[in-house]
Amino acid sequence: MGDFIKRNLDGDGVDRRGFLKCMAWAGTGAFCVIQGGVLKSFSMSDMARMSKSDKANMKGELSFVQISDSHIGFDKPANPDVTATLREAIAKINALPEPPAFILHTGDLSHLSKASEFDTLDQALKSLRTDKIFYVPGEHDVLNDNGQQFHERFGKDSKGDGWYSFDQKGTHFIGLVNVMNLKAGGLGSLGHDQLEWIEDDVKNLKASTPIVVFAHIPLWSVYPQWGWGTDDSEQALGYLKRFGSVTVLNGHIHQTMQKVEGNVVFHTAMSTAFPQPQPGTAPSPGPMKVPAEKLRSVLGITNVNFVRGKHTLAVVDSPLDGPSVTSQFHLGQPDFDSAMAGS
Amino acid sequence: MCAGLLGAAAWGATSHARYSVSAAAAENGATQVKIDNFSFEPKEITVSAGTQVTWVNADDVPHTVVSNDNKFKSKALDTDDRFSFTFAQPGTYEYFCSVHPKMTARVIVK
Repeated sequence: MGDFIKRNLDGDGVDRRGFLKCMAWAGTGAFCVIQGGVLKSFSMSDMARMSKSDKANMKGELSFVQISDSHIGFDKPANPDVTATLREAIAKINALPEPPAFILHTGDLSHLSKASEFDTLDQALKSLRTDKIFYVPGEHDVLNDNGQQFHERFGKDSKGDGWYSFDQKGTHFIGLVNVMNLKAGGLGSLGHDQLEWIEDDVKNLKASTPIVVFAHIPLWSVYPQWGWGTDDSEQALGYLKRFGSVTVLNGHIHQTMQKVEGNVVFHTAMSTAFPQPQPGTAPSPGPMKVPAEKLRSVLGITNVNFVRGKHTLAVVDSPLDGPSVTSQFHLGQPDFDSAMAGS
Repeated sequence: MCAGLLGAAAWGATSHARYSVSAAAAENGATQVKIDNFSFEPKEITVSAGTQVTWVNADDVPHTVVSNDNKFKSKALDTDDRFSFTFAQPGTYEYFCSVHPKMTARVIVK
């Protein structure tokens, strides 16, 4: 954590020292704000109860929400009604004091790539009070038809197998597809054509341009034994090395994880449908079965409190049912401490 | 979770032995591969030419059965869905789940 954008590495005149480095995960979505090129995220519940001064503090140049892994069509334990939990996530987003500029959905909209599942998701997301939703497919969205249906409905303006980029208020967003043409024994894959496109897509950008990359399967090696990684992600990230701020947002693993490597922050979001086990803690990465009354405690909600100028960040994981866990990050040091405290 | 682990391991061990024996003995008989806990069980089976092999998905998530060189390819199999393929020619057939490519296995046809 300590080496995260500590100094002005690219000589662009932007001093990032002193910016707070925040990251957080909400059970049903993360609210992200780009401030001075550094992405911060807040839980939806946190946003709803923020004071005016808090809101003023977090008001960035750009805000958006990430949701992931809706798995519409899944109907087994621990969540027989994944549409209901998606609607809860939507309600939380709609309750935000500042409407997000757009939503990112990082894949697995559906469970079985069925037209009816895509219909249900589409209908549910229509109630979102936002102008635009950007999608990338998960492996569950491209079953049987090589992703044709997904691309026709959710990726019309994309290139190749569904990748694309866009700019929002000085930040460059890159949506990638790493769930197609997977090879026996391998992990997620971007493929040669997409890698070439990435190199070309960023070549004329200034190194000071904040970059946000989003894709379904993690673009870092979370747990290769379970396929939680992408074979050629290093090459893709190589094209982004010269940028001062790169944020990588993924889904797929149905739990929050974070990692900082140089100027790159990696996040994974929780699912709106069901949890998956922590790496290696179960015979397989299949859906984690929890008692019905525990479902929302597993999904949980995360509050992030940041203090300007004090180089500290408190991440409060608040499940709907159960005690909160507070992690405090001391920034500007080689390592961060994670203090656990019930509240 | 421990019980599940032990159960799966025990099932895999017994089924492997059973299928090897029965498949070798069977003349054009059918045999089955179970998809469970993100793995094909048994991971390797040996059958005689002309045997029909059936895969059954016992997982809560969809899987596929796809030959590495595209000799056979199932649709996505939801829970309890089946896929069958008859192996006419002797050879070693490597296959995997195209949704979860870490899942690999083989059918040896004699």
